[in-house]
Amino acid sequence: MPGNGSTRGWEDLELVAGNGLLDRRAFLAGGAAVAAAMTGYTLSASAAEQLTDDPWSAKAGNRVTAYGVPSRFEKRVERTLTNPTGAPRTQHARTPHHLLNGTFTPNALHFVISHTGDPDVDPDKHRLVIHGLVERPLVFTLEALMRYPMVSRMAFVECGGNSAPLFSKEPVDATVQALHGLVSCAEWTGVMLSTLLEETGVDPKAKWLIAEGADSLALSRSVPMTKALDDAMIALYQNGERVMPGNGYPMRLLLPGWEGNMNIKWLRRIKLVETPAMSYYEARTYAPILPSGKAYQFYFLQEVKSFITHPSPGLKLNGPGFYEISGIAYSGNGRVSKVMVSADGGKSWALAALQEPVHPKAFTRFRVPWRWEGGPAILQSRAWDEAGNMQPTRDQIIAHRGETKTAVSNVTAFPSQHYNGPTSWGIERNGEVKHVYA
Amino acid sequence: MFTRRCGRAAVIIALAFGPSIAFAQGPNLGTPISPAEIAAWDISIMPDGSGLPPGSGRPAEGSVVFAAKCAACHGENGKGGQNSALVGSPPLTSINATKTIANFWPYATTLFDFTRRAMPWPRPRTLTNDEVYALTAYILALNKIIGENDVMNATTLPKVRMPNRDGFIVRFPERMP
Repeated sequence: MPGNGSTRGWEDLELVAGNGLLDRRAFLAGGAAVAAAMTGYTLSASAAEQLTDDPWSAKAGNRVTAYGVPSRFEKRVERTLTNPTGAPRTQHARTPHHLLNGTFTPNALHFVISHTGDPDVDPDKHRLVIHGLVERPLVFTLEALMRYPMVSRMAFVECGGNSAPLFSKEPVDATVQALHGLVSCAEWTGVMLSTLLEETGVDPKAKWLIAEGADSLALSRSVPMTKALDDAMIALYQNGERVMPGNGYPMRLLLPGWEGNMNIKWLRRIKLVETPAMSYYEARTYAPILPSGKAYQFYFLQEVKSFITHPSPGLKLNGPGFYEISGIAYSGNGRVSKVMVSADGGKSWALAALQEPVHPKAFTRFRVPWRWEGGPAILQSRAWDEAGNMQPTRDQIIAHRGETKTAVSNVTAFPSQHYNGPTSWGIERNGEVKHVYA
Repeated sequence: MFTRRCGRAAVIIALAFGPSIAFAQGPNLGTPISPAEIAAWDISIMPDGSGLPPGSGRPAEGSVVFAAKCAACHGENGKGGQNSALVGSPPLTSINATKTIANFWPYATTLFDFTRRAMPWPRPRTLTNDEVYALTAYILALNKIIGENDVMNATTLPKVRMPNRDGFIVRFPERMP
């Protein structure tokens, strides 16, 4: 626990930014003392001291199960649901980033948005048709696709509406899960779409494709052929196991770094065309309104973003001492190149350590050591990507994109889309963490 | 067999040499599908009207279908219920203004496409083409975008000019084809 005597090694470390931020390289030199110092967040009352064998050590344990589930003590680690009864409207399940660490999201905790529920697709009967402006229209069974050369890659998928509460005029009192739970990251394995398009052939007139799902609304989006031939994948596996039903079983279109809704789940049809279809979700839903009354169309990109997961609301600091500030950064433009962290609301910044390897268009874990003196602090992170894009400030975003005229009271509402500014966590004297604007 | 190739380069080279080049050097495990079979799959409607099926409908006919199959969720005369209103045009004066068909949707073809592919919620793709045309006509007439007696069909629907047709800005023009 912090401040209980195991922090001696830290007292000589140099501050690199205001309010207690320490040099990221401390991690390289740190030993057991560092590890002990870094476990300062609690979710509940502290555990009893272990002086003698505990009951679980005094007898043989539980039987091993065929498909593992987390410890019974981890039941709180779950997604939050907006529509648990499956009423006839969209269902959202948000990833609990504050209860996870590392760089990929466990499959059962990957975010899901299903507009009409997850279809119960029989993989043996499912088909993928590729037609339109091709030389040879073809239909593929899943069994056929399983025999193609495959590729694995890390990639985040993010809903265009993730982080939307930050367009609220006043900060919404919410956790990182509520604010940013509609982004997750997985290792996806599948067949490159370009491999299949080599076999169908592409008519040079084809500039777009329309992708369509096998869900009851046959959700469809238009995708430029340049993206399709660049890094689009027909994903069959998610973190090593078959794609989850909520994420598109048995196959989904993966467009790394692009708006989640375009990554068509339960993919059943691809039609090559000259112009976009202006489908419901591109013509209406994912077209954010600007202050001028005009709206952005074909946003595509999920731009460079970062947010701190530890500490964050719900993770109370256990008194002054050493903590690891840690979070997630990613960019639809490629690799994250740099993350800076502030503990004084943006007045001064420290460079964060980036967990290697840094994959393009995937979560990058950043970390920076911090000595909390017990006073008020405001934590922020800011990321840069290898294409030279910098995460804008909230003020810059609001100047360009506007904010709501009144405070947003419903944390699951989507007042706009594509917010990629910073998130500020206010640390109160009692160690509570609260969403603030700074 | 499982030789890795650069897919993008191969496709671009193939494009450069024209469509007569044989593309397929991969596993070739796709099955050819005939135009008749494709027709059963292809429900895409384009803004220029391509893909629109034969059939037609008027607002009055759509009113009857709406009361029977749509009003339970969208309210009487499309005024909204447990699901969104289909009539009305509030001004787009805030970033979180309510988007409606009349104040936002750029193309009338989207209304046909979405209604046919996704509605009614419990039984999608059960409406006849005439019913979809009639519902499209009814909703457009409720919003005073077309007249009470206008007929919607594959010729007239793409010609409907939506009020917010020019209300959009492409976010990243350099990424457009």
